[in-house]
Amino acid sequence: MSAVKIYVPGDSSAVAVGANRVAQAIERLAREKNREIQIVRNGSRGLYWLEPMVEVTTPAGRIAYGPVAPSDLGSLFDADFLSGGAHALRLGKPEEIPFLKNQERLMFARCGITDPLSIEEYRANNGYRGLAKALQMQQAEIVAEVTESGLRGRGGAGFPTGIKWKTVLGAQADRKYIVCNADEGDSGTFADRMIMEGDPFLLIEGMTIAGVATGATKGFIYIRSEYPDAFRQMGRAIEIARNAGYLGPNVLGSGKAFDLETRLGAGAYICGEETSLLESLEGKRGVIRPKPPLPALQGLFGKPTVINNVLSFTSVPVIIDDGAAFYKNYGMGRSRGTQPFQLAGNIKQGGLVEKAFGVTLKELVHDFGGGTLSGRPVRAVQVGGPLGAYLRGDQLDIPMDYEAFAAAKAMLGHGGLVVFDDSVDMAQQARFAMEFCAAESCGKCTPCRIGSTRGVEVIDRIIAGTSREKNLKLLDDLCETMVDGSLCALGGLTPFPVQSAIRHFPEDFDKPSRKAAE
Amino acid sequence: MTTAGQSDATSPSKGGVSAWDAAAARQIIETYRGLDGALMPILHALQERFGYVDDAAVPDLSELLNLSRAEVHGVITFYHDFRRTPPARHALHICRAEACQSVGARELETHVKKKLGVDYHHQTPDGRWSLGAIYCLGNCACGPSALIDGETVGRLTPEKLDALMREAEAGRREAAE
Repeated sequence: MSAVKIYVPGDSSAVAVGANRVAQAIERLAREKNREIQIVRNGSRGLYWLEPMVEVTTPAGRIAYGPVAPSDLGSLFDADFLSGGAHALRLGKPEEIPFLKNQERLMFARCGITDPLSIEEYRANNGYRGLAKALQMQQAEIVAEVTESGLRGRGGAGFPTGIKWKTVLGAQADRKYIVCNADEGDSGTFADRMIMEGDPFLLIEGMTIAGVATGATKGFIYIRSEYPDAFRQMGRAIEIARNAGYLGPNVLGSGKAFDLETRLGAGAYICGEETSLLESLEGKRGVIRPKPPLPALQGLFGKPTVINNVLSFTSVPVIIDDGAAFYKNYGMGRSRGTQPFQLAGNIKQGGLVEKAFGVTLKELVHDFGGGTLSGRPVRAVQVGGPLGAYLRGDQLDIPMDYEAFAAAKAMLGHGGLVVFDDSVDMAQQARFAMEFCAAESCGKCTPCRIGSTRGVEVIDRIIAGTSREKNLKLLDDLCETMVDGSLCALGGLTPFPVQSAIRHFPEDFDKPSRKAAE
Repeated sequence: MTTAGQSDATSPSKGGVSAWDAAAARQIIETYRGLDGALMPILHALQERFGYVDDAAVPDLSELLNLSRAEVHGVITFYHDFRRTPPARHALHICRAEACQSVGARELETHVKKKLGVDYHHQTPDGRWSLGAIYCLGNCACGPSALIDGETVGRLTPEKLDALMREAEAGRREAAE
């Protein structure tokens, strides 16, 4: 009997809930039972409530079991799970699970399926086709294709990627850089991490295409230190790609040079802001730079620089391979293509849903997510990380679209959504937003540096019921000052969660007087 | 420019630190000083080796990288990750971000502060544990989360966290993983 191929995710979230222990237990039991197996540490499929999700290869295809604990393995072996046998944890074919089946996976097409560090498997599953095409195209054609696709920066700001690339292509300089912002610090987001751990060659390919398109020969991936596994995985993948001729002085014999290095952040949220990130890459404090000059003209070490989010780069290979027309066919309005939405927090079925823009928040939270984990009503959803607005549980009919969110005084950000049940105290959430800003402010702008601390104090007074009306007015003024007087999104958007909490959940800011009335 | 070698040296620590050694520190600085923007990778490498960055390194960093001491000091103190004093034997970081809050991080925080008798950014008097706050480990669908000696753990309850901390103290966690 030949070895049975078993997939146990090496994804750090799966490992955080025991995937390594499961893999070890499988190995031990297989040895005891004299069964020949081969374990592949794949990425996660993004069905996190089922992690650790183990898949076995059978003649009928892959069969999944989950969530598997080491203590389940005795009965799994007894049920002959190596042949896809029946068991309480058997989930059937993973691609038939509705959560996965109802997605539109373009950039996550391989994640969880292939061996992340096998460049052969990457190629066998449509990998490096985008780069092969790009190498046959004129630089301006590549940039035009990206522009035409409607791709907008996936980091949060939604700036058209093609415009950025065009600026860098047109800039004259002895050196240009491609920088990947992998400082995914927003709570409720993990798509960058998943792709770096589960399909690292995709990011390498996307960045290489960017280099070819703009004439940049060197790239850096700035990865947050909270993602040590992603950092190691990217380092290994870069080495493999270089040895296979996909990186280096002569990419695939094209005569074009492009190489990559990884760099590790050091726990500063602000370094997710592009100019702070560039400062940090240069070895300085992550203090933001005023714009202009635009990084596209004077970026890393003063040179023209394409700086994009992980998900922007990983969107590019499919755009070049299948064409802009194919890509922009997905989506709504001015939000084209797909976005990996991340379902997090108090949610029954948390995980990653890649879907065309236009899917509603309600569909994500209730149809995909299944409501709250606690089973209590959804009271609030924060979309777009710690700088994103809180929406009420009855306001979820909004489509996932940059403009629709802007109209609702909210933002899509990096596509993460955090669900809260009715036990949440929104005054505490508002206070936390200010506290987080105070902890993470780079200190450049006074409204952000000082205002956030004053914000915590004012909210404390409101919570205590001290001159409530006066302090609410003061908080409003403070928020306005932060929005108008901060250079970047940290100070400028912290008022979003604060003011949305007050607007949508006023009762949580009026507890003492309500108590008095009772 | 080999990313692999550099990755090894700048990977976040998994333990096994040694006492501060000025000559070894200078050697590390020499090794990486040629990198673009070398200061951050060097600080990571020093912390990986010694568990912290001693103030004694500042003059060497300043001299070898052609930076002012103020600039070097500024960078070390800007970033949450870099420590200027030796670490406790074990490090616990609780994720304080919103996704973890929604599934009980605040309760976990109260529990662990009471258990260790210290607030965030402090060590227990016996030097056994340090307690830190962290803002998101990217484990937001499997919270609440914490980082114990560099390992992310999820779906925590106070009881489960207690058990994992006992394992760490007994040195069994590495073996179990």
